[in-house]
Amino acid sequence: MTSIGTGYDLSASTYSPDGRIFQIEYANKAVENSGTAIGLRVKDGIILAVEKLVHSKLLVPGANRRIQTIDRHIGVATAGLLADGRHIANRARSDAASFRDLRDSPASLKWLADQIGMYMQAYTLYSSVRPFGASAIVGAVDKDGPSLYVVEPSGVYYGYHGAAIGKGRQLAKTELEKLKLSELTTREAAIEAARIIYLVHDDTKEKEFELELSWVSPETEGRHVPVPADLLEEAERKAKEALETFE
Amino acid sequence: MDRVDVEQLKKGEVDLGTSIMAVQFDKGVVIGADSRTTTGSYIANRVTDKLTQLHDRIYCCRSGSAADTQALADYVYRFLQLELQFTQEPPTVHNAANVFQSMCYSNKNALSAGIIVAGWDGINGPGVYNIPLGGGLFRQPWAIGGSGSTYVYGYCDATFKEGWGQDETIEFVKNTLALAMSRDGSSGGVIRMAVITEDGVERLFIPGNELPKFWEGKEVLGATPKLPGWQDTPMAVEA
Amino acid sequence: MDHFPTNWGRPRNDAFDHYNTYPIPVRPQNNAFADSVQRTQQPIVTGTSVLGLKYKDGIMIASDTLASYGSLARFKDIKRLHQVGDFTAIGASGDMSDFQALQRDLESLIISEEVTEQDGHKLGPKEIHEYLSNVLYGKRCKMDPLWNSVIVGGFKDGERFLAYVDLLGTTYTSSTIATGYGAYIAQPLLRKAVEGKEDVLTEAEARKILEDCLRVLFYRDARSLDKYQIATVNASGPSISDSIKLETSWGFAEGIRGYGAQTQ
Repeated sequence: MTSIGTGYDLSASTYSPDGRIFQIEYANKAVENSGTAIGLRVKDGIILAVEKLVHSKLLVPGANRRIQTIDRHIGVATAGLLADGRHIANRARSDAASFRDLRDSPASLKWLADQIGMYMQAYTLYSSVRPFGASAIVGAVDKDGPSLYVVEPSGVYYGYHGAAIGKGRQLAKTELEKLKLSELTTREAAIEAARIIYLVHDDTKEKEFELELSWVSPETEGRHVPVPADLLEEAERKAKEALETFE
Repeated sequence: MDRVDVEQLKKGEVDLGTSIMAVQFDKGVVIGADSRTTTGSYIANRVTDKLTQLHDRIYCCRSGSAADTQALADYVYRFLQLELQFTQEPPTVHNAANVFQSMCYSNKNALSAGIIVAGWDGINGPGVYNIPLGGGLFRQPWAIGGSGSTYVYGYCDATFKEGWGQDETIEFVKNTLALAMSRDGSSGGVIRMAVITEDGVERLFIPGNELPKFWEGKEVLGATPKLPGWQDTPMAVEA
Repeated sequence: MDHFPTNWGRPRNDAFDHYNTYPIPVRPQNNAFADSVQRTQQPIVTGTSVLGLKYKDGIMIASDTLASYGSLARFKDIKRLHQVGDFTAIGASGDMSDFQALQRDLESLIISEEVTEQDGHKLGPKEIHEYLSNVLYGKRCKMDPLWNSVIVGGFKDGERFLAYVDLLGTTYTSSTIATGYGAYIAQPLLRKAVEGKEDVLTEAEARKILEDCLRVLFYRDARSLDKYQIATVNASGPSISDSIKLETSWGFAEGIRGYGAQTQ
């Protein structure tokens, strides 16, 4: 960020002399400062998990969800500005709904990720707008089976077996790489996901957080829904146990 | 709402929506009809007998207005009885068909009647005559009529062969009528048939729940799949 | 021969009202310039009666599986009953393309409710019925009605619900409902069999009542079929049967001859 203050970082429609658009990079900063979100694509489904930082004890537990449902079979976890994440989700919902209206069948995640990517990219072209300060992990089980993508503020999107965004992404990625993702079941993956979120949470800096955990698994008839209460409870318990024995 | 208007009255009357048929074979004819009589889409009679005797071995199959065709058949019946007394000879199928034809033609503006006359006589043997709406007369080896017949012309053309015996002819009539009745809302109920030969008339009856069965289809395009649509399967193709 | 498919199989006078659409709609005479008034549309591929009743544990809706094209029995294994959400079933007579449009509309309504709200509330039969009445009334106000009579039935929070809505937006609830010809033929039979016994009738008894009514309709409605489906909604949710064949009787007609004096 040596170019800060050189004047090339004020508009998304202006390149710096070395070909960068600083507004996009600043948008990435907004993502990097957010609570961690991870996604796992496993043998029989996908898991999304979010470390939702609770900035006030006055908040109602469960409020301000960062995992949302796009279509019956598609979920999204966002990191970055919460409001931007919600806007992206709403846009994705209407895309998915119009896909259904036109084709009488549900959208594939590949198609949806592309739509979101194009939409976010459009916000990197004009001086009158700012890029989205959020990245989205989208997961689904569609006609091609389980799939998982991350869409970034620049509009690029990649498909992943395991993805992590936000503050704790580095450690989370390291942990994800240790897993044999394509051999795990969704139930096993839910436990791992909770463990990773608990692991990457830095309670010296942030006191409180809520674990959000959702999945599309054989148990959900293809739907994206929060994991059942008993599994969430088990996952949190095991995550805390694992923390005790870590390192 | 409606004025008293003869045209309207005529339009609203009881209709033999109808599938009717007659087929010749070496020894005689097989005639057949469904049993549905409707006013609009209301079934006024589900067990109608549309096979009407004109003489001992001469019948007609009636389609069109029930009132018109009954009046016509009654007239022809009376005519043939008188003819018998005058000539002391049994009338021919051709005779009967001709009387129908002249009535239907000269009153074509007032009548809605499509009639098939069929039977056996000692001069010409078996005979099938078709008298469609305008009052023309057409001799045919097989004839179909009524609203249901339009659905089975292709089937009849593809199936009929010269030289059938009685049993094959009965099967042909039965299958044709069942197909017509299954597609035509104005036809239905039971199949009534009659075999007319030199030996006399034999009546046959197929109840509505024992009609020959043909393809009835399975729905392949369901409602929107409840869950992700990769469960969509290719349309089944019968082996 | 009338070469206009839209006139095929229609009643040839207006002595009765096909889809309970009083006042009886004036039909275009296919003479585009005879009358400057043009209707917005008319039903083409149609389904006939739908029946509904309340019984001890919930509600049932029944219809045959025919979609007619005028008097042509065009599609013989069509679903005219449809599940909506987790608590509701609907059945429609009238235009099948409009009914399919309603199904798509309801499907996207259900998805957007469950996906975007996520507030723990789900749409029950009352909400579906209210929504449908708004959609149908809205369309008739645009002079472009959805040409259906719909029965909405369901079970939610321990409560049965059975109601009617049609192309004009007319609504009512009752413990027995019948559309189309069923309103004339089956409704009296249903009332006699059901009214006052809504809390006593078992599922088997209710099914028998509907089958008996469908049988009479098959005998008397020239746009009906002896193949039907029944939707049941009770505490365990909606379920729609596969198509079932009606048992009918005809044997008594074997001896009937002619229309008067004829004996052979």
